[in-house]
Order: sequence, then structure tokens, then C-alpha cells
Amino acid sequence: MLRPLTRDVAIVSFAEMPAVRREWERDEVEMLVPVITEAIEGSGIGRKEIGFTVSGSSDFLTGRPFSFVIALDAVGAWPPIEESHVEMDGAFALYEAWVRLQHGDIDTALVYAFGRSSLGEVRDVLAMQLDPYYVAPLWPDSISLAALQARALLDSGRATEHAMAEIAARSRSRARSNPNAQVAGAFDVDALLAEPYLVSPLRRHDCPPISDGACAMVLVAGDRARRAKTQLAWIRGIDHRIEPHALGARDLTRSPSTALAAERAGVSAGAVDVAEIHAPFTHQEIILRDALGLGPDVDVNPSGGALAANPLMVAGLTRVGAAARKIMDGSARRAVAHATSGPCLQQNLVAVLAAEPEAVR
Amino acid sequence: MNRCAVIGIGQTKHASKRDDVSLAGLVREAAGRALEDAGLRYADIDAVVLGKAPDMFEGVMMPELYLADALGAAGKPMLRVHTAGSVGGSTAIVAAGLVRSGVHRRVLTVAFEKQSESDAMWALSPRYPFQPPLLAGAGGYFAPLIRAYIRRSGAPAEVGMQVAVKDRRHALANPYAHLHLADISLEAVRASPMLWDPIRYLETCPSSDGACAMVLADEDAAARAPAPPAWVRATAMRSEPTMFAGRDQVNPRAGRDCAAELYRQAGITDPRREIDVAEIYVPFSWFEPMWMENLGFSPENEGWKMTVEGVTALGGALPVNPSGGVLSTNPIGASGMLRFAEAALQVRGRAGAHQVEGARVALGHAYGGGSQFFAMWIVGSERP
Repeated sequence: MLRPLTRDVAIVSFAEMPAVRREWERDEVEMLVPVITEAIEGSGIGRKEIGFTVSGSSDFLTGRPFSFVIALDAVGAWPPIEESHVEMDGAFALYEAWVRLQHGDIDTALVYAFGRSSLGEVRDVLAMQLDPYYVAPLWPDSISLAALQARALLDSGRATEHAMAEIAARSRSRARSNPNAQVAGAFDVDALLAEPYLVSPLRRHDCPPISDGACAMVLVAGDRARRAKTQLAWIRGIDHRIEPHALGARDLTRSPSTALAAERAGVSAGAVDVAEIHAPFTHQEIILRDALGLGPDVDVNPSGGALAANPLMVAGLTRVGAAARKIMDGSARRAVAHATSGPCLQQNLVAVLAAEPEAVR
Repeated sequence: MNRCAVIGIGQTKHASKRDDVSLAGLVREAAGRALEDAGLRYADIDAVVLGKAPDMFEGVMMPELYLADALGAAGKPMLRVHTAGSVGGSTAIVAAGLVRSGVHRRVLTVAFEKQSESDAMWALSPRYPFQPPLLAGAGGYFAPLIRAYIRRSGAPAEVGMQVAVKDRRHALANPYAHLHLADISLEAVRASPMLWDPIRYLETCPSSDGACAMVLADEDAAARAPAPPAWVRATAMRSEPTMFAGRDQVNPRAGRDCAAELYRQAGITDPRREIDVAEIYVPFSWFEPMWMENLGFSPENEGWKMTVEGVTALGGALPVNPSGGVLSTNPIGASGMLRFAEAALQVRGRAGAHQVEGARVALGHAYGGGSQFFAMWIVGSERP
């Protein structure tokens, strides 16, 4: 942290909608109502006691302006509430809530995210994130850009196609125990490698599924958190950093923004039991593992990660939620969660969660 | 909570088409001026908070990713806020929160809209399943609310036109304003085409390209700033649901609650007396009297009297929108931040020809959506 912080903040509950390829029947409000209700009920905090509400989503997925406006109707904002929204992954909404709780005048926050990647051609939609003058007109789709990054990583000698297939097989095997995963099963690495390229050097298994989803999280701070009777996941550090947008200005095989965020969040201050890494493409897990400084003994993505379910704007906050669950169920003492945004890992957030409240000062 | 001050303010020359600059050039014009005002360089900034209204207004998805380079954000935290029309205000509040929480010492916050890149009317008028069409953008949405206000209050039909004239006259003293209508008059407003009854063409905000930027700093950094700071005395945001029969869209509870929280934080008990100048989000003329009531400057149904009596004009007891306001300049995503920044300029004594003499306490106000979203702050010349 840059400066001493005064308040400890913890995750008290997390709920997610099982990710699906296409949500046909429910709109955003109907997707959110069950997860927000579950998160609030799981927190033991009354809906009217929530001090701050903040969400993450993107209008370009829904294809309509102000998609978060209607989504707010899932919260029950009456009497009117203190509320904000980021046009980003919900993990960055979590960051805003964490900052807000540092002010000290409120003790509770609700964070939620929703994303329906199925409503458009998401590969092409994401091309609209690029420099609108020099890059977007070329329509480089998101898988092609990831393929450029994968090729650079393979050329650097730090990855092989075999290692990438192993990541896919491991993630989807772990996802079999995650009821919210969309793609899960036992896959044979050699069989995966026999498949044709989708965009060389990426095969279908190297890419995330297209997912619709939603999730919600409740935070508590200060004495209110210390009085909690359940095991909380304490946020011991959280930071995010962005890199230049111009792909040519970056070494795509490294993630310095992740490394810096990890340093600021205090990842290396203790042993890491579990890491939930937001790596939509297999090769990105290798880059991010390096940047986070995780050793071979760290259990990475027991949820299956973004390769098992990747609802855009949701998958990052879901990583934090999945890591928090490991703390809350007692299977981990210290966990790292990571979220990414933008082409080829341009922007990254890192949070350190722990079973104990003592923050890294 | 740590103290927070505005130590740098910059804005672009606003126009219907800034085709001399790219999106990056537009935000840098404002950010560069804010940094210059603060006596800082990009390297001195800890974090960047960007706000704008719907991405469809330019057709760039999450443009903060592309603008990271132009705003010197590489290696820093960057957040992107979007809370509908209130976004310029809520962006400033999120940025102030980074300082007040003690997380950062100097934060650059920027809001922009380059409406000429797309068509706001189109972007605001899509068809959704199971919802009545909005049709013809924001004016079509707000005109019935204005009619309801006129019916409730019995305000004379001229009030809207008087606001339109007043704000355009104010804008003549603001070199950055989009509209400089030197020959504006009641007659000209009355003769302009009726767009959405009772909103005439000249009672409507323009469609602008523009950006606004501020540097927010903690107490130590403020002490080293070359020019007097504006101290953030209170910030508040409130939101209410869209689909709720209990809403009063003419005098929304979210706005009243937001103002009440703001005054509580600032220790203000009589806003009309204790606030020297207000920059209020008035995209259609009639929203001046409506917000005067919602903000507690006037009893219900009497806000129009403030306009008629000249209270809200420069030289009046409570000048409202001395900059010319949204009626003279409307880069949508930046419009709220312009209100916040103009309020800060006033208490810093740096508003130039539209300076309110002796302004010490100022209100910045923004709203959005269908009047569900409110963001406000109070800034003062004295350290709280």
C-alpha cells in the first residue's frame, strides 16, 4: 500500500449464477435478483443496512446504453441508496467499494456484476475496445490478439503448446467440482493437441467459453467485521495497474502491471495456498503466474478459472469470490485473486485474502 | 477521513465538432491545463479516474483502455466510472474518495464526451423488449415531467425561456462555453421551434465535444500548490430505481436525500443563505426551478420565483450556472464534472469574467438517467 490504511475490510458472502452459453429466458434484472438476494442473505446483513452499492458491467455487451440503470432495479434501491458503477469488470467495483469503506463512515458494501457475452459476436465486439483510429478499423478480434501474445510467449521459450493444453485439461478437470462452471470434464492432453488450430497457435481448448453470468458480494469493515460469527475472507491488500494500450509498446510475454499490483497488494509477504487467476487464455496463466511470483506448490484455479466460465465483466470478480470461498470454508489460510481487463492483459488487479484480519501495513 | 482539495482545473474549448483533435487529444487538452494549473506533470499523478456517459456516444468500448497512454496512466491505477448523466460528478467523487481514504495523494480525474463521433439521439433511443420506446432521446423523456411541474406549480410559461436567456448571457463571459449567442432574447427563444412541448429549441442543451479535468490532492500536496485550492467539504451520491411506481420523477427523493446528506456533511442548515453560488445540471431550461426546489433552495412549487426575481442570475443573491451551464455546453459525460469544476473555480476566485464576487462556498450538482442518479459536492475556500 502507498499509505497506511486504517480499516480492515472483509468479504462476508459471495453468490454467483451458474454460467451458461446463452441466457435466453431472463433479462439482467432477473439474472441479478437471485444472486444479490443470496449474497445479502448469506451476509446476515439487512438489505437496508448496506452502506454503499457498486456494480460493474459493459454497455457494449448488452448493445444498449445505460444497461446498469435497469440492472439497479435488482437491488431494491428504495429509499434511495448511495450507489456507483464502473464500466469495467466487477473486480474494479470491488476496489471502489474497498476504498469507500476506508472512509470510515459506513461499514457495509454490496458489489455486483453482470455480463451477457452471448448477445453479440463477442470476438468482434471486443475489437471495439481498441484504439479507434489506428487499430480498431483493422478489426483484430480478441482471439487473434491473444494468439499474437501466445505466439510471442512460445517464441520466448517460456511456454509450449503441450503446457498450454495441460492448463486447459487441468482447469476443466478442476471445474468438475464447481457447480457454476460451464465447461468441465476430463480431457486428454494428447487428444487436445491433435485438434486443429482455431487461430494459430491457439486451439479451441486454449480459449475461454462464451458465457452469460452474474455475481454479487457483500463486504464488511471495522468492528462490524470483527463481530462476525462466520469465517470471513479479509482483504489484506488490493491494487490494480494499467499498461500502455498500444500493443507495440508492450512486451506481451510479461505482465508488469500484474507484478506491480502484486507487490503493492503484498502477495509475497506470506505463503499462498490458493490463487484464482483471471486468465481467459491458457498461455495467459503462464504469464500471470510468473508476474504474481507464484511457486509450483500454489493451487491455481481450483474453480476451473475463466477457461471453465468467462462471463465478461463478471469473471474477474468471480475470481475474488472463488478465492474468498476457499478462505471461508477453511481450506485455505491465504489466497491470491487476480482480475484482468483489456486486450492481452492490459489492466490487472490483484487482491490478497486471508483468514486473519491483520493487514499488511 | 483525510482532507481533499482541488488544486488544478482544466477544460477544453467546447464545440459541436472538435474535429481538430482525436479522443486522446481532447482529453489531453483538459488534463494538460489541469496539471498546469496545479503546477504538476503527469509523473506526479498517483492514479487516474476517467468518466464518460455511454460508450455508444463515440463507439469505443471502455475507452479508458485506449486513453491510458494519453493520460499518462501506464503503471498507475486507472478507474472508469459510468453513472449516466451524473457521471461527471460521480467520477470526481470517486477520485476524491481515493484521496480522502488516504490511498493516494494526487489523483487526476477526467471526464469527456465527443458527441460528434456518433449520434446521441440514436444511442439514447434503442428499442428494448417489453419496455415503451424512449423515442427522440432525453427531451422526449423529460418533457412530460416538465409539464407536470408547470401544472403542479402554476409557474408562468415564460420561466423556461427566462432561464434559457439567463444561462446564454452568462456563457458570453465564459470563453470555454460552446454557445456564445450574443443576440439571445426572450423573443428569440419564443420564436424557436417547439421540439418536445414545452421545450423549445433554444431551451435545450447543445450537443458538444468537450472534456474537463481536475487534480485532487491531499492536504500536503494542496499546501504546495501554486494557486489557492478549493477544499472538498462534502460529497454525496444517491440513486433510486427506474421501474418503481412510488417515484416522484418531478421532485425525486434521490435528489432530496442527496442534498440532505450533502448539507449534513458540510454543516449547512440554510442552503439558500450559506451557499454563495451553484452550478446545477440544467439540460432543459425548466430544470432550474425544478432543481431549486429539489435542492432545498426554495419551498416546493416556488422555485420558479427565484428565476423570475433574478435571484439565480449573476448579481443575484444565489447565482446559478454563472458559467452558462449545460444549456450552453453539453459534452454529456463531462457536463457533471464541469459543474463540479466551475463550483471549485468560483471558490478559488479563478472563474474570470463569470466570477461571483466573494464566493466562498459553492455547490456542484449533476443528475442522470431519468432523474434516478444524483451526484453533488460542496467546495469551499476555507480548509474544513
